[in-house]
Amino acid sequence: MAIVNIAGKDVDVDEEGYLTNLADWNEDVAAYLAQEEKVEMTESHWEVVNFLREYYNEYQIAPAIRVLTKAIAKKLGPDKGNNKYLYELFPYGPAKQACKIAGLPKPTGCI
Amino acid sequence: MSDVTGGIDMDDETEGVVKKFMFLNRKAPYGTIYALESLEVVLISAAFDQDVSLAFVDDGVYQIVKGQHTKGIDQKNFSPTYRALEGYDIEKLYVDKDSLEARGLSEEDLLVDVQVLDSAAMADKMAEQDVVISF
Amino acid sequence: MLHIVNKSPLERNAVDTCLRLATKGSAVLLIEDAVYAATKGSAVSAKVQAAMANLKVYALAPDMEARGVAGRVMEGVNLVDYNGFVDLVAEHNNCQSWL
Repeated sequence: MAIVNIAGKDVDVDEEGYLTNLADWNEDVAAYLAQEEKVEMTESHWEVVNFLREYYNEYQIAPAIRVLTKAIAKKLGPDKGNNKYLYELFPYGPAKQACKIAGLPKPTGCI
Repeated sequence: MSDVTGGIDMDDETEGVVKKFMFLNRKAPYGTIYALESLEVVLISAAFDQDVSLAFVDDGVYQIVKGQHTKGIDQKNFSPTYRALEGYDIEKLYVDKDSLEARGLSEEDLLVDVQVLDSAAMADKMAEQDVVISF
Repeated sequence: MLHIVNKSPLERNAVDTCLRLATKGSAVLLIEDAVYAATKGSAVSAKVQAAMANLKVYALAPDMEARGVAGRVMEGVNLVDYNGFVDLVAEHNNCQSWL
């Protein structure tokens, strides 16, 4: 557990850098978390991050990568719902990195 | 099946063998940790490409009733997560008819699509499993 | 299938549901507080007795002895010790615990 100051606001993160409280999330926080992950956020990145937040709001979990890929394919099309596309955006694992930037906990079933 | 491990083999010889796993849920949510723990194990099990089913029996049927709002008890409402199971390719959800009726509930009160089974059908489902994991 | 139950039939419904959902020819092993279901003269004796028409019922003797009910075993219940417990698990291709 640590506290980081983002754009003038104190935010709790866990030992791996995930937000402790989802409610702390905003775009500034996301930008900070992305910077920590060395991910340069483009519109495509935001699309995935926002998708994850919507998924979490609906189901209360961060999806496993396989589930995320399938769900994105269903909503945004197969050219985005595939491992290659998602790993290009988030090289260290879309479920892990994108979830972190989206302010979600680490995916359940992430092994 | 290995008698020693109750059928859970992780060695190379059995790689690719799909077994029937049933998670048997018999406890109401929130009062104890069983329901949530079961759900987490179920989600993790999805990664192993096995034939997974869930059974809701006795107070376990309360896990999937609609209209759960947990703000007042300061616990996470995990009921929406049952609706994510389909995305994890877990689509076999069996509910015990007697248990539903004993609680004044019907299929319409449940927040996911399920198969309601009478005692004989539920008994057969359990009997055909390789592994039944109880919560 | 071997069903293993460890909850008192007078406090919880695990024994009840197990007897209802065990298929014909299955074995039911009563251990810990569930051994009370193997005693005669209780409120659930008749139900257990009736279930024995289709199921083989076993009870763990050390648990009955510990609870002072070894002398009240219902007719038709097979008593086993810990080795017998292991044999039952080994004889059946799978087992299911009722928590």
